[in-house]
This record gives sequence, structure tokens and C-alpha cells, in this order.
Amino acid sequence: MRDFAAAKSEMGEYWYIRPGLEESVNGFFSAQPEADMALESQIPEKDFNQAGKGSAEVKNLLKRLGVNPGILRRVAVAAYEAEINVAAHSLGGTMMCRIYDEFIHIIFKDMGPGIADIEQAMTPGYSTADEMVRELGFGAGLGLPNIKKNSDALHIHSERGNPTLLEFLIYFMSDE
Amino acid sequence: MKLKEIVAILDGEVLLPEVDLEMEVPCAFSSDLISDILMCTKEPTLLLTGLTNNQVIRLCDMIDIVGIVFVRGKRPLQEIIDMARERNIPLICTNFTMYRSSGLLFNAGLRSCKI
Repeated sequence: MRDFAAAKSEMGEYWYIRPGLEESVNGFFSAQPEADMALESQIPEKDFNQAGKGSAEVKNLLKRLGVNPGILRRVAVAAYEAEINVAAHSLGGTMMCRIYDEFIHIIFKDMGPGIADIEQAMTPGYSTADEMVRELGFGAGLGLPNIKKNSDALHIHSERGNPTLLEFLIYFMSDE
Repeated sequence: MKLKEIVAILDGEVLLPEVDLEMEVPCAFSSDLISDILMCTKEPTLLLTGLTNNQVIRLCDMIDIVGIVFVRGKRPLQEIIDMARERNIPLICTNFTMYRSSGLLFNAGLRSCKI
């Protein structure tokens, strides 16, 4: 079993688990059960006409499934921020949503070039966004902090020069 | 505050004539940064912004934005106006700055959104 601290990062690996959910989250990542429903979308590089559509689709699906509005907002915000990150900072990637009874698991995989320092990227206000991306209103340096704030568990695996994996879980019954 | 009062205070132009100007607007938030808007908007909110790209409308799919005021004389393209029409989001243009627009609305009693 991995030993998770509430938030831990080392060697291109970052974990955050909301306190109290360690057992459930660990159990899930160990077993990796099959999802009840799945949804997949492509995120092309720097395509800000397309970016955000996948997140809106997931939100609408969860809405039809009767998920409460506060949770819908958290899923939409976290997914959107992650989608924008892939479009803005990577060579493109995919978003995969897996829906279970109690939570949603969303996985983003891109084609690189990786995050040099995850801890730094998690710092509110730190951004490497280029001028074109900033002109659109992105690059506040709040993308990853916003994903963390809205998710119950967040895992990032990334190294400079390699693809990045970012995945998070949001429970449908959590208090917030 | 009613949307029609907001239009009057900002000497604004309503871009979608079909919107209900009697609609009640509970609170507002002003920003040109998308992540700020996502982070701070947790209730039905009027957005004041200088951003006119399609991602501003896309935001309305994620969070509860009841209308958008484009400040500093900014005007969105027709494509953006059409996106807002599909989502039934009122759009208003004003020549006032974001600071002045926010100040006028705040003084008139429109509260800041809870963050």
C-alpha cells in the first residue's frame, strides 16, 4: 500500500487526498474497478474554440443523472481548468471520464512536454502561460490550485520532457 | 437589482434584444482572468469583464453566470453573441471602465458575490 500524506509531492509525482477519504481513495486506486459509464474527448493543442466542450458535456451528463448543483459546479470547474491546461500547455491530449455510483474519476493524458516542477506549478499565481494564452484571459496561475480545491483526490504524474497524467476524483455525496 | 436598472446605470447597450430586462440580478463579480471568475463565482452572478472571446461564454456552461457586461467599450463578435443567445445569457456593452462600472453598481446597491 502507498502511504499518502494529505498532500505529497516528490520526483514528478503529486498526491492530494481530502482528509477522511484516504481509505476509500486508496481502495479505489488499488482496485481500479470498471466504471458504470465512460466518456472520452480529445483536447487539441491551443484550440480554444474546442476547449471546454468536454467539461460541459460531462457536467450535462451528471446533471441528467441527478447530481446536486454544488457538486456539478466542482466537477465542471476542475475539469475545465484541466482541459484548458492541456490545451494551453501541452501538445494536445485526451480527457477520460469514468462515472461510478459514488464519484467521478476524470483522467487527463497529454503528449508532453511535462511539468518541470509540480510543487511550483501548484503555487497560486505561478504561471508559464504564453502571451497568446494570457490574452484570452488564462494564465492567472490558478489552474492547478483550482483543480485541487474542487477535487477530493488529485494525482499528477509529470516530468520535464514526458507526457503528463492528471487525474482527480470528486464524490457525489461530499459536504461542500 | 433588475437588469434594466443595470443597463440604465451603465448607460449600456443590450446586445440581445430578446432578454428579459425585468430579471433580478442578485450580485456581481468583475475580472479579466478566467480562473479568478471560476474560483470566485459560486452563486448566480453578473459578470463584468473586458474579455470578449468564446471562453467567456463557455464559462456559463460551468458556473452560474446570469449575464455579462463588457466594459471599456469592448464588443464581442457575432459568433460570441450567437453562443450567448443559445444559452439565453444577456449581454450588455458599456463604455465605462471596469472600476467605474463596478463602483456605480455597488453604490446603487448591487452586492459583490460571496467568495
